Amino acid sequence: MTMSTINKALSSEAEISRRNFLKLGAGVLGGLALLELVGVGLMFLEPRSLEGEFGGVVNAGPVDSFPNGSITEFPAGRFFLIRAEDGGFLAIYRRCTHLGCSVSWKPEQNQFVCPCHGSHFDFYGDVENPPAPRALDTFAIHIEDGMVKVDTSRPQTREEFESSQFVYA
Amino acid sequence: MQASTKTPSGKSSHVSRQVERSRMRAVMNNIILHLHPTRVPASALRLTYTWGLGGLSALLTVILISTGILLMFRYDASVERAYASIQFLETQVMFGSLLRSVHHWAANLLLVTVFLHMLRVFFTGSYKKGRATNWLVGIALLLLVVSFNFTGYLLPWDQLAYWAVTVATSLLSYIPLIGNALTTFLLGGPEVGQATLRNFYAIHVAVLPALLLLTMSYHFWRIRKDGDISQPERDDKVLKLTTIPYLIQIELAAAALLITSILLWAMFVPAPLEEMANPAHPPNPAKAAWYFLGLQELLLHMHPLAAMMLPGLILLGVALIPFWDTRSEDIGIYFRSSTGKKIALSAAVLGVVLPIVLVVLDEYWVDFPGWLPGLPTIVSNGMIPLVLTMAGLGIIYWSFQKLFKGNRSESTLGLVTFLFISLITLTIIGIFFRGPNMALIWPW
Ligand code: HEM
Ligand code: FES
Repeated sequence: MTMSTINKALSSEAEISRRNFLKLGAGVLGGLALLELVGVGLMFLEPRSLEGEFGGVVNAGPVDSFPNGSITEFPAGRFFLIRAEDGGFLAIYRRCTHLGCSVSWKPEQNQFVCPCHGSHFDFYGDVENPPAPRALDTFAIHIEDGMVKVDTSRPQTREEFESSQFVYA
Repeated sequence: MQASTKTPSGKSSHVSRQVERSRMRAVMNNIILHLHPTRVPASALRLTYTWGLGGLSALLTVILISTGILLMFRYDASVERAYASIQFLETQVMFGSLLRSVHHWAANLLLVTVFLHMLRVFFTGSYKKGRATNWLVGIALLLLVVSFNFTGYLLPWDQLAYWAVTVATSLLSYIPLIGNALTTFLLGGPEVGQATLRNFYAIHVAVLPALLLLTMSYHFWRIRKDGDISQPERDDKVLKLTTIPYLIQIELAAAALLITSILLWAMFVPAPLEEMANPAHPPNPAKAAWYFLGLQELLLHMHPLAAMMLPGLILLGVALIPFWDTRSEDIGIYFRSSTGKKIALSAAVLGVVLPIVLVVLDEYWVDFPGWLPGLPTIVSNGMIPLVLTMAGLGIIYWSFQKLFKGNRSESTLGLVTFLFISLITLTIIGIFFRGPNMALIWPW
């Protein structure tokens, strides 16, 4: 073997490894680019609540306008404001905990009723009849300057009703 | 004369026109022969072998795509305008109601033909001998067609649309760990709203058609690749006929018949449109579209997670059939053998009777949460009925083997026939026998 063929072999070897290196690099960069694209896509599609859709703080009105033992529906805020006999407030989200239908209050039965699969809930949102797996969700209530304010941005889940969930003026 | 042969579109003589025509014909034939083999076995042409169901499905997708494109020009994917734009289409636009009706009924029919096509492939064991991949591709097509229908029926923004999508997406939120994120992502927010309508519209008119066309092309290519339509194994030479004209004639006749029937049906039965979506009040009873009612029926009996896992597991099982039943001797024969016929018939009867008995028992008597008050409902009303159902399916398979001496192919036939027929039975119960509050009713 002459010197020149060895040189040739060496240089071609070097070339192959350079090519491999480039291939690897291109692969890695390509993979990264793909990941970035997926990331960009997901962020682009991220859930967007539009202006004016529900999800803000609802001013329900002055504390005194809700007599004890009353229930008031707020269709735009998607909740029922309950005032118990002892004056405690509870804001109940109208979305059935089974599969999301809207419950209605039936005064004659003293119950919330969901027409979709027949769940019933009592005055405090506790399940009286399955298939609903847990009590109706609630929204946080703040009382400011004698006004009841309900924050509908984040429903709070609960297994069942407890008196500690009441908010008092 | 010479000039005219060079420019085919110019004034041409008698001869060159003929040349041109035969060239056109060659191109046409070439297109046809891209999709078909040149010669087909006479037995594969028998209408009662394939029932032409795959071809009808393909034609329906063509109808759906062309009517769908037209609808896009008139439809407005915004919560304020969607319902109004459909109403406008129905009452003011020339042929608007007909167009919507054709799109609607073709979509419904496609579900039926795809389901029946799948039954045909299954009953003739046509997933055997190298056709496992195409069976899987077929399952993907089935899922695509279902997704088309699901995303499509939100678009009119009527009561059915709103509540069916609310219930179905809430169902997804029961998937452990990722459920809530997935639901919020699909809905584009906490509830069905403007973002949901946009998402579903884009998926329905862009994402799914692209996927469907790709998958369908692969499906067709794969049929050729797998050695054309399945045939029974034979020693003697089979008679082969040329595709043109024998197969093409049949296909053209079937296509003409299908198009005529859909047009007539659509003229006399307009596509339904309920009241505009009202997020405060679901209708009572709140039923999904008819083809989902068999699955919705499960929700009345099980915890949502179990009601989702059961069809999921069954679909997985159905996808894996070609890897379980690899017995190739009985390919191309309806119901495998005379034993297979007996098993399939008993399975069909069982598939009618057993679901009815179970539904009635559960409505009036079975109450796992009441019997096992200490357990969370996901166990008492979820995992327990799920495990019992799976065990029941195991027993059914086992009894086909023991009572009928069925081999693996025949017993699989029995089990899957039972499942298919049960789905149909549950769907009929959901359509006709469920009334207000989803209680059982007698429809007449
Ligand atoms: C959009 C949906 C679909 C279309 C347009 C379609 C179309 C077709 C066509 C035209 C054929 C030729 C034979 C015939 O007409 O029966 C065929 C065969 C086949 N299809 Fe489909 N199909 C669809 C969905 C499915 C589904 C849901 C399955 C099963 C899971 C499936 C599995 C198969 C298999 C395994 C074959 C080969 C059958 C044989 O060799 O005899 N396809 N398909
Ligand atoms: S959504 Fe209320 S009972 Fe199912």
